[in-house]
Amino acid sequence: MSYLELLKLGSPEGVVVLSALVVLSISLVSKRAAACAFVAALGIVIAIAAVLFLPRNETLFGGMLVISPLTSLFKIICLALAFFTILLTQAEKAPRHPGEYLALVLLATVGLMLLVGSEELLMIFIGLELLGLSLYVMAAFDKSDVRSAEAGLKYFLFGSTSSAFTLFGISLIYGISGTTGLDAISQRLATTMVQPLLAVGIVMTLVGFAFKIAAAPFHLWAPDAYQGAPVASAAFIASGSKVASFVVLGKIVLIGFAPVHGSAGWHAMAAGWSPVLAALAALSIVLGNLVALAQSNVRRLLAYSAVAHAGYTLIGFVAGGRDGFSAALFYITVYAVTLVGAFGVAGVVRGETGGDDFSNFAGLVSRSPLLAGCMAIFMLSLAGIPPLAGFFGKFYLFSAALHAGANQGLLWLVALGLAGSFVSLYYYLLVLKAIFVDAPSLAAAKSIERIPSQLLQQATVTLLAAAVVFLGVMPNALTSRILAAIP
Amino acid sequence: MIAWTFYLTFGGAVLLLLLPRAFARWIALLTTIAGLVLGVIVFVRTPIADLTHFTTIVRVPWVPPLGMNYHLALDGVSLTMVLVTGISAVNTVLFSWDVEHRQNEFFFWLLLVVGGCYGVFLSADLFLLFVFYELVIVPKYFLIAIFGSTNKEYGAMKLTLYSFFGGMFVFVGILIAYVTGGSLDLNQLSQFEFSPQLQSWAFPVLFLGFAVLAGIWPLHTWAPTGHAAAPTAGSMLLAGIVMKLGSYAGLRVAMNLFPQGFQMWSKWIAVLAVIGIVYAAAVALRQRDLKFVIGYSSVSHMGFVLLGFGTANALGVSGAVLQMFSHGVIAALLFAVAGRMIYRRTHTRELDALSGMNLGRAMPFAAFTFVVAAAASMGIPGFSGFAAEITILIGAWKTFPIAVWIAGAGMVLVAAFTLRALKQSFFGEKGVQDEVTKATTVTTLGREEFNPITIPEKIGACMLMLTTLAVGIYPKLLLDRITPAVETMRFLK
Repeated sequence: MSYLELLKLGSPEGVVVLSALVVLSISLVSKRAAACAFVAALGIVIAIAAVLFLPRNETLFGGMLVISPLTSLFKIICLALAFFTILLTQAEKAPRHPGEYLALVLLATVGLMLLVGSEELLMIFIGLELLGLSLYVMAAFDKSDVRSAEAGLKYFLFGSTSSAFTLFGISLIYGISGTTGLDAISQRLATTMVQPLLAVGIVMTLVGFAFKIAAAPFHLWAPDAYQGAPVASAAFIASGSKVASFVVLGKIVLIGFAPVHGSAGWHAMAAGWSPVLAALAALSIVLGNLVALAQSNVRRLLAYSAVAHAGYTLIGFVAGGRDGFSAALFYITVYAVTLVGAFGVAGVVRGETGGDDFSNFAGLVSRSPLLAGCMAIFMLSLAGIPPLAGFFGKFYLFSAALHAGANQGLLWLVALGLAGSFVSLYYYLLVLKAIFVDAPSLAAAKSIERIPSQLLQQATVTLLAAAVVFLGVMPNALTSRILAAIP
Repeated sequence: MIAWTFYLTFGGAVLLLLLPRAFARWIALLTTIAGLVLGVIVFVRTPIADLTHFTTIVRVPWVPPLGMNYHLALDGVSLTMVLVTGISAVNTVLFSWDVEHRQNEFFFWLLLVVGGCYGVFLSADLFLLFVFYELVIVPKYFLIAIFGSTNKEYGAMKLTLYSFFGGMFVFVGILIAYVTGGSLDLNQLSQFEFSPQLQSWAFPVLFLGFAVLAGIWPLHTWAPTGHAAAPTAGSMLLAGIVMKLGSYAGLRVAMNLFPQGFQMWSKWIAVLAVIGIVYAAAVALRQRDLKFVIGYSSVSHMGFVLLGFGTANALGVSGAVLQMFSHGVIAALLFAVAGRMIYRRTHTRELDALSGMNLGRAMPFAAFTFVVAAAASMGIPGFSGFAAEITILIGAWKTFPIAVWIAGAGMVLVAAFTLRALKQSFFGEKGVQDEVTKATTVTTLGREEFNPITIPEKIGACMLMLTTLAVGIYPKLLLDRITPAVETMRFLK
């Protein structure tokens, strides 16, 4: 294989790296944030085009770089999420060093693409680290805000610990199977029994990813990161990073660990990774939803609800198979789109009123009906109200889970998920009550009567809301693509 | 053509968001009238023979990998429900003609509820039906929490959470039916033989989920609080139509899909229904707030619907469907008088306070309307309530004679609280109140004149009164279409 060909296959990643460098150089000569953002956005658009021109199927170096319909689809989704994140950075008041910030966003995006596009444990780990290190800095980027520093530090400490777990797990898996390619691992594991060492390896690997996706009880960094980090960083942590982590986690468990699936059915528990994920899912759903009930800050509430949503998504992996995988991927994609939008609205409110408590949201409908309507769409989609995308996502997930277990063995998990989404409606409605029913509080009333229309913000948020409605009414536009991409 | 009922309704809702408020009430009125007219045209033009089976109108693939279709169908039962939705919808707009506060938003939420209801009644795909069913929940919250009165945020939240709580059970039931039956098509599923063991637990889960919305005892408590807190139009829609979503879906989905499960549990449905009839009527007797009286009467009347289902024979079930229609009209009429005619003018719904105002003389038209509504609600022959309840009771006589006796006693209680409310609100005697009420009486009477009943109110009230009278005098008009459709359903013994 010639280098030219390799460059061609790696062109999307290359374009993003290149645009990160260009953004950095521009920021040396010009202080205008808009120029940097434009170049960054342009780079992402070109990278999306490059993804479209990749060949359909290609596997390099034992899975280090895999090009398949699935990886291409999710590279595009991750790039699109990064694109919206960049738009959000423009909506907020500019950070002190816009060039560096945007370059970090782009580097994190490269991390996402490596994660999505690889089926080899070492490469996955490198992607994770690249993503993680960029995100730690992004979380702590607002130096004038002590909460941002707290968010960065917590995220860094928990994240680096989880990386250590993952690396340890990977080393054990390598020790047992003698390889790091997922396909090869699966072939080796097919002939071995579930032995204690393997069990430790699996659990360690999963623990590392549980940190990344903020599944309980490994979620402790999430509330502070979501609340304290700059809005765009929080949106990126909640969306792009989540999607990529779930894609990779899905590949690891469903391809690499396929032979040690085990069973999480109520009467037929069997050792393997699925009971572990089922336990994580159950705990996340219960804990996330119950703790979210007690929150009075919208971003913190979103963080705890994120824990619950990670739990729902894991149900798809527990179900396994083509349907389970595709349901989980659909759900997490919709979730990511919704959260970017919700953080967009939160960013505007924060910009106008200086905070994101319920009281800051009170009476938003009279200040900006458009943003209020979009926020309603996001919250109701998260709660799973039709005809929004979140509802279809839940239906798909839960029906896949029931299909999977013999004798509806996973009914317990589904029932728990439904009970959780019942509880969640209450706290999402509290947010909407603040927006639509409550009179503006004093703090908010002091600020401007109407939020001045900033075209970019409103267009971004409206576009995302439209996407959520569209995916709810026409879910087939995405599901058929995901299903076609999964072999 | 009937599908245009909700296309137009949702279209109108979107228009409301885009156009200025000067157009708001007219858009709402036109779309609801269009819905009603479409319903009437289809009602007149469709031959009765076509209404015996759940006949497909539209069927296009929606999400092929999951077997979801956009599938609408029509039979006599759903046509009846579409018709009553149309009638109620027009009246809710007429009786909210004076809404000034956030007008566009008000009618937007209102039309969403109406459109969702049409959708439920016409869906022939389980997933589609559930989409519309859940779609109705959230607009109700905003209607009540923003535009309501008396403890509105509590009432709204309670109602929404109860509905969603029921929805959770429905969700489980639907998933089970989908996964084991391998389809979402209601007609295909109703041919599928689910194992009796599955039916024995899946039926109560599904039916109970729907019955929460129908106000089954003991899960009815959201209804009176919600109705009392809602704005007039909200109460009319909630009691008139939304509660019927629960009973309709219980019939169309739970009973049709799990006939054996239904036969195992039908006795218990009847028991809960009878308790609901008597209990709600007894509670209504003690209420001081006029809207609470009507709210509990709704629960009592919905008890008759469930009793009709519990009989598991064609007569009882047809009567139940007729009762759904009849109560939709009567409840709308009662809430219109209580919420709009009385409350908007006197600013109180306390029976004690009202009895001092001599409203019978101040508002003769309102008094007349309320007398008619009360008569219909009590089940006086000649009104639709009588026709429906007598059909149900005859049906019940074949299966549970004892239930007929108890429900009959319940009807006496209904008459008692209705007459009490009627007397105290419109024909109260002066001089029996204490000093405080006297004082308020004097101040209210100081103005002497209440605003006259407006033209939209008169049109709406006349329309509802004529409907209940027409169906009461000639129930065959509806029963001819309902009974054949019910007879083809599978759950009959």
